[in-house]
Amino acid sequence: MMTRKELDLWVGIFAVAGIGAMLFLSLKVANLASFTSADTYQINAKFENIGGLKIRAPVKSAGVVVGRVGDIRFDNESFEAVVSMNIDSRFQFPKDSSAKILTSGLLGEQYIGITAGGDSVNMKGGDTLKLTQSAVVLENLIGQFLYNKAAEGDGKK
Amino acid sequence: MISRVLELMRALGARIVNNWVWRLGFGCRFLWLTLKESGPSFRRFHLTIREIYFAGVLSLVIILVSGLFVGMVLGLQGYDTLVRYGSAEALGVLVSLSLVRELGPVVAGLLFASRAGSAITAEIGLMKATEQLSAMEMMAVDPIARVVAPRFWAGVISMPLLAALFSAMGVFGGYLVGVRLIGVDEGSFWSQMQAAVDFREDIVNGLIKSFVFGVAVSWIAVFEGYDAPPTAEGVSGATTRTVVTSSLAILALDFVMTALMFRGL
Amino acid sequence: MATSNLVEVRNVTFSYDQRQVLKDINLVIPKGKVVAIMGLSGCGKTTLLRLIGRALVPDQGEIRVDGEVINKLDDEGLFALRRKIGMLFQFGALFTDMSSFDNVAFQMREHTQLPEALIRDLTLMKLQAVGLRGAADLMPSELSGGMARRVALARSIALDPMLMLYDEPFTGLDPISLGVIGQLIRRLNDALGATSIVVTHDVAEALELVDYVYYMSAGKVEFQGTPDEVRAASLPSLRQFVYGEPDGPVPFHYPAPEYGRDLLTQ
Repeated sequence: MMTRKELDLWVGIFAVAGIGAMLFLSLKVANLASFTSADTYQINAKFENIGGLKIRAPVKSAGVVVGRVGDIRFDNESFEAVVSMNIDSRFQFPKDSSAKILTSGLLGEQYIGITAGGDSVNMKGGDTLKLTQSAVVLENLIGQFLYNKAAEGDGKK
Repeated sequence: MISRVLELMRALGARIVNNWVWRLGFGCRFLWLTLKESGPSFRRFHLTIREIYFAGVLSLVIILVSGLFVGMVLGLQGYDTLVRYGSAEALGVLVSLSLVRELGPVVAGLLFASRAGSAITAEIGLMKATEQLSAMEMMAVDPIARVVAPRFWAGVISMPLLAALFSAMGVFGGYLVGVRLIGVDEGSFWSQMQAAVDFREDIVNGLIKSFVFGVAVSWIAVFEGYDAPPTAEGVSGATTRTVVTSSLAILALDFVMTALMFRGL
Repeated sequence: MATSNLVEVRNVTFSYDQRQVLKDINLVIPKGKVVAIMGLSGCGKTTLLRLIGRALVPDQGEIRVDGEVINKLDDEGLFALRRKIGMLFQFGALFTDMSSFDNVAFQMREHTQLPEALIRDLTLMKLQAVGLRGAADLMPSELSGGMARRVALARSIALDPMLMLYDEPFTGLDPISLGVIGQLIRRLNDALGATSIVVTHDVAEALELVDYVYYMSAGKVEFQGTPDEVRAASLPSLRQFVYGEPDGPVPFHYPAPEYGRDLLTQ
């Protein structure tokens, strides 16, 4: 029969090991260390078509993650999608920057890429990016391709 | 002829009501009693600590070893399949997501039910059969508060810890096989894993699953023990029922929770 | 309410599920006496003991302990009542996960705020009273049957109860242990100024030990009296019980068809 002290010791070791495992999983296996506690400011962008963009998708500039997609809404007046992004406060972008919806890899998940403009004034929280490029929709691409091919065929005749 | 069929149906109905419905109702009432009498489990925490030792610490060996082996097998099988599509660097993603989302909570839960759940049922059942629980009642000590509740909470506390340890060991096992043994690039292994595994979506959901499994297994274990007929066959039957019912409950709850949690993705 | 009876059972009826075990039974246990309740297996004596100890509640009738009606007690009253009653279970029912010392100290640790040093002294005194102070550190699995029962006895007198209930205390013991337990029941009863009820079918030991006997059969009291009256009784069922006669009101043969016919027919 174990004494109280021995029991406490073993249970303590167990608890520490368990919590250690959880920390390992959170920090080394998952991406907890980055971005959950960083200060962010919000900027918006309107798109005609967001394709497969999802909430919490990365926002990258020059390939580096600078923020995350916060919210996606539909504007019933302009019939466009309004995407709000939470950008890390460390990074500032000029007012005339543009946002594109890109795909990582050929068939991978979609993300927003920001290309910096040349304006001397930076975006502030709540501002909306003016220049946007919507997602490439596969059906439209195929349709366009077929139409071009048909037009070429006619032209040759 | 007709009367025979009716007789069979009546017997089946009686069986379903007596064995399932009645027991489920009694089980719910018992859970409520256990929760109500949980004060001493926390005020005199050493009671619960003792049970955490027997349920959690003594399960460490089987959990750690199983986790390691499962991770290693995932590494081997995963590499075999991924390398065919030129995606061997995604091995880390495969191993970690499989473990954290599913295998960690589920397999650790099944192992916990077999090892600790059956032990708890046997212990409580035996105490009932040898009149220890009646003796306690005669001494004005509520056996639910003193014997049942600490074991319940010990299971609930131990399960998430064990599931996390299982997953961690599994990832380590996958790393050993993938990176050290086979030669997958170490950098890509970890970086792709970190990019793919989301804290809130995967880790937290996995923890929630293991917590729910802990409640289910502990509840079933203490209930079967307390309700066991006070004979040798009674206790052995109850122990078997604990393992079977817990395993089925884990798998069913896993389906429900996976559908709720990961449907959005 | 000054009465010389510690326990009064009045018109009690009790059934387990559909089976009626006690039918309108009446008995009284006077203060300070050791009383035996005897009878064949299944006559309801253990059930009666559990009703008195309030482990069960009667369907009809009332039971008074120390003047209080116990079937209607609230939680607080029940708690206070149980501290005044000690019960020795048939095979001891010691808590197997703690030592003999911890078993005896259990009630003191759970119900009182006494300091450990005082609890230690009291526990050792109780163990001394049953002759097992030297076995204090042994685990229940290391004790013999007789020793386990003695430790359980020490455990049940830990808070100096006023009523002691014994469920088949003599079952399965060797002659020496039998004598020891019998002696202890009498000595402790007189030393504590308590009242004891002993349920048993060990006739010889019981008649030596007790002040009064109730003989039960099929849920009712069939005979009551002092041990001498019991030995001299002319009631056939009681005579068969006391003297262990194989045939009498309880027949030797289980009901069967006529012997000759059974042998001759195919």
